Amino acid sequence: MDITLTIIGQSVAFFVFWWFCAKYVWPLFMDVMEERRQKIADGLEAAARAEKDLELAQAKSTDQLKVAKVEAAGIIDLANKRGSQIVDEAKDKAKEEASRIIAGAQADIEQEVNRAKEALRAQVSAIAIAGAEKILESSIDQAANEDMLNKLASEL
Amino acid sequence: MAELADAAHAAAEHGAESQTVQEYITHHLSYLTYGKFPDGHWGLAHTPEEAVSMGFMSIHVDTMGWSLFIGAAFLLFFRYIGLRATSDVPSGIQNFVESIFEFVDAQVTSGFNYKNPYVGPLCLTVFVWIILMNMMDLVPVDWIPEIAMMVGGLWGLEHMSFKVVPTTDPNITMGMSISVFFLILYYSIKNKGIGGFLSELAFHPFGKWMLPFNLIIEIPTLFAKPVSLGLRLFGNLYAGELLFLLISGLLGVYQLPAHFVWAVFHLLVVPLQAFVFMMLVIVYLNAAHEPAHDDH
Repeated sequence: MDITLTIIGQSVAFFVFWWFCAKYVWPLFMDVMEERRQKIADGLEAAARAEKDLELAQAKSTDQLKVAKVEAAGIIDLANKRGSQIVDEAKDKAKEEASRIIAGAQADIEQEVNRAKEALRAQVSAIAIAGAEKILESSIDQAANEDMLNKLASEL
Repeated sequence: MAELADAAHAAAEHGAESQTVQEYITHHLSYLTYGKFPDGHWGLAHTPEEAVSMGFMSIHVDTMGWSLFIGAAFLLFFRYIGLRATSDVPSGIQNFVESIFEFVDAQVTSGFNYKNPYVGPLCLTVFVWIILMNMMDLVPVDWIPEIAMMVGGLWGLEHMSFKVVPTTDPNITMGMSISVFFLILYYSIKNKGIGGFLSELAFHPFGKWMLPFNLIIEIPTLFAKPVSLGLRLFGNLYAGELLFLLISGLLGVYQLPAHFVWAVFHLLVVPLQAFVFMMLVIVYLNAAHEPAHDDH
């Protein structure tokens, strides 16, 4: 084995290459890979966050759906109530109208009856006078009987 | 594959005519050496004997050059990719580089329990650099040396050696492991204090009344770390290269299947040795960061 200056040359080369590698090569890859690691970590974190957001959104949407259902049920209830109220009101109004019509009709009828009675009364007095004339076969003093006849007619 | 066959054939003929197998292998295991001749002037060694005569004051131009070239190419390539990297879905080549990066980072995270931003880059550098240096083993053994000899011929170096796999040079592997050793010392003293570091050597594992025995155990253990680290890598790759050379030198034109089988096997050794080196660096540095034991 012949040991020569080469051994020193190689030692120097060793340290120079080491220095070069530590200063100009290693950090480049270290940085790039650290950057990539960071990117991947960020990506994963974003994915996790998105998943959580999705979960939250789903929960929120179910909540809202529930609220909406309750609200809808309330609205339907209200509508039903209002509907029956309207129906009731309509019935009441109809009844009122009916009783009003009935009352009007009765008043008409009464009026008619009164009018008929009036006519009848007039005719009765005439018939009574005619009958009495026939019975007496003589003319009665109109003026003397007028009071009696009117009294009779108002009694009818 | 035709080129490979040609080169192998040429080498076999070459070996048969002008070189013995031993010469062929020796030639392939020698370095292109630039250094100080015994007479004092500096220059390229023309023969292995000349290279040996230079002793320590020489440098292996081939392995050192490949080592620098591979390391620089890998780091510049990684930087190029890193500058264009985006944090979006990564494209093919960025994905490839990132997977290496992530692999190394995972090893460091699981094996290294302290905060030190320089351990990750250290492991990345060591791991990829060693893998690529080992991979030079898979280039057919004669391609680059033959080209080098043709080029060298222009300067009168037609027999020059040109070693291609840096990790088959103990200077390269030990250069790295000794650097790691200094890091172990540096971080040990930094984190435990010089007293803590020395007391770990002196008072473990048997307590202070057995101090000499502790030193006898701990000091070789300490020095065994860089030696085993460097020699393990060197040994594995040297053996692999040697077997390629033996196949190339001995089997003549029938060597291709053997080359293929050994290359497939070697494909396991290449990353495995780089991985072992990196893991041991992590383990050693982790131990160096452990707080000093204060139970003695």
